[in-house]
Amino acid sequence: MSSRQDDRQPPGEKGPGAKDRSVPDQYADATTDSVTNPAALESSVTDAMDPKRRRLLIAGASGVGGLGTAAIVWPFVASMLPSARAQAAGAPVEVDISKLGGGQLVTVEWRGKPVWVVNRTEEQLERLEADTARLSDPGSEQPQQPEYATNDTRSIKPEYLVVVGVCTHLGCSPTFRPDVAPADLGNDWDGGFFCPCHGSKFDLAGRVYAGMPAPINLQIPPYRFVDDGTIIVGEDSDASGGQPA
Amino acid sequence: MSTNISPGDTRPATEKTGNGLLNWVDERFPLTKLLEEHVTKYYAPKNFNVWYVFGVLAMVTLVIQIVTGIFLTMNYKPDGELAFSSVEYIMRDVNFGWLIRYMHSTGASAFFVVVYLHMFRALLYGSYKKPRELLWVFGMLIYVALMAEAFMGYLLPWGQMSYWGAQVIISLFGAIPFGIGDAVTLWLKGDYIISDATLNRFFALHVIAVPLVLLGLVVGHIMALHEVGSNNPDGIEIKKNKNAAGIPKDGIPFHPYYTVKDLVAIVIFLIVFFAVVFFAPEMGGYFLEHANFIPADPLKTPEHIAPVWYFTPFYAILRAVPDKLGGVVAMGGAIVVLFFLPWLDRSPIRSIRYRAPWYRIMLFVFAANFIMLGYLGVQVATPLYTWMSRLGTLIYFAYFPLLFVLSRNEKGKPLPERVTYHGSAEPEPDDVDVAGAAAR
Repeated sequence: MSSRQDDRQPPGEKGPGAKDRSVPDQYADATTDSVTNPAALESSVTDAMDPKRRRLLIAGASGVGGLGTAAIVWPFVASMLPSARAQAAGAPVEVDISKLGGGQLVTVEWRGKPVWVVNRTEEQLERLEADTARLSDPGSEQPQQPEYATNDTRSIKPEYLVVVGVCTHLGCSPTFRPDVAPADLGNDWDGGFFCPCHGSKFDLAGRVYAGMPAPINLQIPPYRFVDDGTIIVGEDSDASGGQPA
Repeated sequence: MSTNISPGDTRPATEKTGNGLLNWVDERFPLTKLLEEHVTKYYAPKNFNVWYVFGVLAMVTLVIQIVTGIFLTMNYKPDGELAFSSVEYIMRDVNFGWLIRYMHSTGASAFFVVVYLHMFRALLYGSYKKPRELLWVFGMLIYVALMAEAFMGYLLPWGQMSYWGAQVIISLFGAIPFGIGDAVTLWLKGDYIISDATLNRFFALHVIAVPLVLLGLVVGHIMALHEVGSNNPDGIEIKKNKNAAGIPKDGIPFHPYYTVKDLVAIVIFLIVFFAVVFFAPEMGGYFLEHANFIPADPLKTPEHIAPVWYFTPFYAILRAVPDKLGGVVAMGGAIVVLFFLPWLDRSPIRSIRYRAPWYRIMLFVFAANFIMLGYLGVQVATPLYTWMSRLGTLIYFAYFPLLFVLSRNEKGKPLPERVTYHGSAEPEPDDVDVAGAAAR
């Protein structure tokens, strides 16, 4: 009802205050009277609104209100970030590799993610060098590993690969496929990791092949050797912080 | 909506006598006014066919989901340690828990069945065209909210497919460049991995936030519909032919004519629905996937993961693109482009009955292609299937620019003056004013 009346009397137009107020319908006639009757008009002129002042008030109120809204939104958004407890979880994990035979893989849980330790054989290490042309990032230029693992085998000791077993595409955990040239993966398969979700392929250094959905190599976590048979995942030897360079 | 409102009481004098309680309410709340506006005096075209039952069926499914959902929350535990076993508990120990849970899980699939058919109806008869653009946009928002609702609900049983499905979908956001993606995924998960924190928030969103949004959107959808009036299989405007009382000659009051008709559809729907609930609630792994009967294991991805069937067309598009960001953009784009359909289709002809032959071919190729993509999305990606997905993706996206160009100067059949029955232009023998009679 009132919207219809507003159409007749556009707001913001300078004029008698009575015109800008929403007037109940039963007074519609009276309003018309005051418009046509100069005396009535004159008496209401003092009520005239100042559009400049109104705009300032609207802008000021909106600005302050907007700031207040933003201030109260942040606590809610931030409450969804990892909590202090979640941030604290993620202690380093000790892995016993003394019984890990050549060509075998062991999975450990670090920060809730699977971390693989693979004992690569001589033969497997040789094949790593063979076909670097087919890889997307053979030289490990993307910062997906600590500095001490930025080498051809992406490891501290060539035979031991320590890698986060989470596909860099959409987070599935790839399957360990050390077999060479199996029927389902084709003749050029040298052994490596195959992601069942979207078919990304990685070699035995966790390097992604070119043309795969996964954009970059698998992540190498920070780790160090305590002795020949023990690795600690999640800790650097130089204590320079746990993040890859 | 407020077309004939004047100050004071708007109701005809005759209605004032009669029910004293109703009068008492009406003076304080627009009960009669609302009922008339949306039910008893909402004039729907009289030539609706079977395609027009799916809107009502979507409402029925929404009610089923809300009611069963409320009862599921009474026994479900949104906790990484307890969630899986609490679902087993519901299935085995809670009285009729199996029924309530299977109704809820089947209801999710049923919702998408009726919504896809409802959307296809809009494509058939041009129900998205002017002046129903906003109606379509509301509908699309409902569709997106529904997908979010279904996705978050699927995490709650905390099975292997729940876990890894959520892992993949959340990782999609990680494709956003400049580090924004990583921040967003971390924020969504509330942890560095999908964990108890993720499960708990998905529960909150699934049970409170998204349903509230959905309900609001449904109200908006229906208000927009009742503002512009229903389209019909002829795609002509029934408001152009009104009788002396201002009622469309081809319109009949929604109640009792369509409420009764819809009841028949609801009964048939419920027969089918409960046949599935009782005899095939898993639907061979398509409604409830086999891997989801194994508790979530963050260290091991199932051999074959696929989303539930209603997401698979878009999932096939995602997989078809051999690039992380590209795949995500294509998948998102496949949904976003649908929002713009009312403006991409420039033909003034609404109904497929009168559109040019090429449109019929295009629409059916589009629909068949959508089903093919849905099939490919549940299959393991072999090289052949990947290439088929790529072809399907091309066809999907080709539809829209092609439609934009071709619909500019479309040569269709002449439109009838009044609505027809089964395409026959013959007016009804009793071409009397049904609506007017009902109003009297």
